[in-house]
Amino acid sequence: MAELSNQLLAAAVLAYLFAMICYAGEYAFGKRSHIGKAAARPARQLVGAGAPAPSSVAPSSVADDVVPDDIVPPPARRDRAELIGRIAVGLNVLALLLHLGALVTRGVAADRMPWGNMYEYILSTTFVASAVWAGVVLTRPKVRHLGLFATLALVVMLGAASLIAYTPVGPLVPALNSYWFIIHVSTVIIGSGIFLIGAVPAAMFLIRNGYDEGKRSFPYTLGKRVPEAALLERLTFRLHAFAFPLFTFGALIAGPIWAEASWGRYWGWDPKEVWAFISWIVYAGYLHARATPSVKRTVATWIALIGFVTMLMNLFGVNLFFEGLHSYANAG
Amino acid sequence: MTIVEEREAPPAAPPPRRGNRIWALLRNSWRQLTSMRTALVLLFLLAVAAIPGSVFPQRAVNAEKVTQYYTAHPKLAPWLEKIGGFEVYASPWFASIYLLLFVSLIGCVVPRLIDHVRALRIAVPDAPKRFERLPQHSDEWTSGQEPAAAAAVIAQQLRKRRFRAKVREQADGSFTVSAEKGYLKETGNLLFHISMLAVLIGVGFGHWYGWHGNRILVGGADQGFCNSLTQYDDSSLGPRVTAADLPNFCLKLTDFDATFQSTGQPKTFAATVSVTQNGGAAETRKFTVNDPLRLDGASVHLLGHGYAPILRYTDRYGVAQTKVVPFLPVDAMQTSEGVAQFPDVNIDPKTGRRDTKLQMAFEGRYLPTVAKDGSATSAFPAENDPALYLTAYQGDLGLDVGTPRSVYSLDQGQIATGELKNITGARPHPLRVGETWTLDDGSKLEFLGTRPFATLSIRYDPTQSLALVGAVLGLSGLMLSLWGQRRRVWFRALPGTPASSGGTLLVAGGLPRTDYPGFPDEFASLVKTAEEGTS
Ligand code: HEM
Repeated sequence: MAELSNQLLAAAVLAYLFAMICYAGEYAFGKRSHIGKAAARPARQLVGAGAPAPSSVAPSSVADDVVPDDIVPPPARRDRAELIGRIAVGLNVLALLLHLGALVTRGVAADRMPWGNMYEYILSTTFVASAVWAGVVLTRPKVRHLGLFATLALVVMLGAASLIAYTPVGPLVPALNSYWFIIHVSTVIIGSGIFLIGAVPAAMFLIRNGYDEGKRSFPYTLGKRVPEAALLERLTFRLHAFAFPLFTFGALIAGPIWAEASWGRYWGWDPKEVWAFISWIVYAGYLHARATPSVKRTVATWIALIGFVTMLMNLFGVNLFFEGLHSYANAG
Repeated sequence: MTIVEEREAPPAAPPPRRGNRIWALLRNSWRQLTSMRTALVLLFLLAVAAIPGSVFPQRAVNAEKVTQYYTAHPKLAPWLEKIGGFEVYASPWFASIYLLLFVSLIGCVVPRLIDHVRALRIAVPDAPKRFERLPQHSDEWTSGQEPAAAAAVIAQQLRKRRFRAKVREQADGSFTVSAEKGYLKETGNLLFHISMLAVLIGVGFGHWYGWHGNRILVGGADQGFCNSLTQYDDSSLGPRVTAADLPNFCLKLTDFDATFQSTGQPKTFAATVSVTQNGGAAETRKFTVNDPLRLDGASVHLLGHGYAPILRYTDRYGVAQTKVVPFLPVDAMQTSEGVAQFPDVNIDPKTGRRDTKLQMAFEGRYLPTVAKDGSATSAFPAENDPALYLTAYQGDLGLDVGTPRSVYSLDQGQIATGELKNITGARPHPLRVGETWTLDDGSKLEFLGTRPFATLSIRYDPTQSLALVGAVLGLSGLMLSLWGQRRRVWFRALPGTPASSGGTLLVAGGLPRTDYPGFPDEFASLVKTAEEGTS
């Protein structure tokens, strides 16, 4: 079973890679695919109806004018781009299923939930990230152009997990064997997964916004074909606003309850706890900044990206650099 | 997201009068401090200030690591000490950031609370002149009902959908319905921020009025522990706690049960103890790693376990002494290290005087399962093939000097000065259970067996439930705040033209006060219901 899990994960990474290539293909081929154009219209309406808050985001109609419609591809090319895009989504879903398979077989092999060590934890978190991304792309086809960056992020994180953090299947140490542990870790994983994927629209918003402001150097050139800035910004906020209470519950309520029962103190400034606290504060800062009219949306989004860095620190860094009660990664 | 009006300086400050400067300065600083921007900066500072605590060892987390850091970085460590680098979360600069943040929080929340209560009590503002300017507005429709009746119907419908609605008659004979929903968003936001204060208070009081201690409890009735400060291996009382405040209870470890996976990974630990509280009758209680023993005024947590060899030393005069000595595990397979010290042996019965040159100690390792390859570490954490490997020391143990010392290792200073000497050579002597080791001077050491021991952490935190309640309330407030939507709708009912024709001309407008993509749909549905209700 453990072997099967490893193979499924390898297959999943491959499928993500292929999906990424197809996304890139669509990206390179069509300037704006059918759906991109068609979807842009209701989107604009939405934006108009949306936030009355002043923001640095150019209204979408302006953005449309700014983007030079340099190459208007012939219909045949457009259809091909559309087809490739659909294939990309298909592959992406396939990759997601393989990813799920890798997790399930891992859990079966270990005879417990597949999140007993750092490797499994990263596998689960990226799975949540991937599932949320799939949900977004299936319900809002117009964000398909983000696929390239979403799958890229997933491939990189899964690769890093396999290279740095791989741990053979093993049982849980007794301290991890409690239902509060299951509640704690599952909610932290879901929250973190959504935060992680939220960084993709956040980064692309900054790039698109820069492009709209006339910046033409790399990486702003990447912004040419991603969805409009206001949409990306809204998606970023949505994901973060959804993840924040989940993470709050998982890391700052369920975690301490479990720690109290098992270690005798609900909060002890263990490195993992420190970094969860830091992530929480930074994301609270993001939500604050976004609610403050005098703070630009770009600044707020940068804070979200800092939050992402702190999440990575929590996923990889803390286990690798610091030693604490949570560093069960190396227990096996 | 709500649009938050920042409390900036008032538009036209009155000309400064003498003596008012300080007051103005204070007021401006207060306004600065309670602005959203300052809150943002303080949040950011707090995040940054928390980082060093994960980089440098923290005394409160692991004091030993701090000592090691001193050895590794003798130049840097004293500097770090001075700026609180080893006690980041108790340092004045960390405290000043979060205290400022909380002052800012109070200054921010109180006026908002007042505003919100006011908003809940006054009626929804009247409709704007023109609905076309609003993000949502409907086409006009006509109704056979009188304006007043139509407005009443619509207001009723809105109230059913939990809007707060108010009907107003206008000077021109028309009626307006103003309605608003989503006050819970702001309520939730205020609840969240106030709950943060509750959490802070809960944590702070827990620190002041709580205490904790650690203790190794060896199995057996003769090794019991009663809750007093002197019986702890180490302990720490909050600033408002004295030794006399500790609750009265005694524990005896009657059984310890550990099971392991075939790989040696631990599966379960369970300790069974006999407890007496406040001099009452003894009761038997069992607790495990995730399920602490809850007593009156304290809870007992099981952190780990190990083995305590039972050793009987018979000195050169034939006097025997037995000790049960916990050996501390140094790895996951329970390779354990420890020392048995016998200061009161080899007392010449003729003189009755203790000779410090003849004190004895046995130091070494205990392996619960001896490895087949003969390595110096245990192969499995359970006692499948146990053996003790000891070296004997004779001389002054250094126990009389009065400086507190670890009972788990020998005084290296005494060994360095030659006061305490290894008398059995470099190779430790192996001992199986039941075996006797006879030393050159005719004295004997017998290995009688082992007893289990449990590592316990005993704690009391009077306000941890306050912190928990605060956190849970805060979370509820947060969800209301983040996921709630605030919106207003207005309806206008104009008398039909010409007025004699009877009937009413109706129109609606809507304003989402937060970033609410579902609003157009909700608005359309409200208008549809209104059309149906007034037709
Ligand atoms: C202990 C520190 C604080 C934390 C952890 C914190 C956290 C948060 C979070 C997570 C939100 C987002 C919830 C939402 O959007 O409704 C929020 C909103 C808000 N916070 Fe704070 N906050 C803190 C201190 C403050 C302070 C000092 C102020 C006043 C200056 C303040 C004013 C506000 C306001 C006005 C909102 C509403 C934004 C909106 O309407 O969406 N907060 N806070």
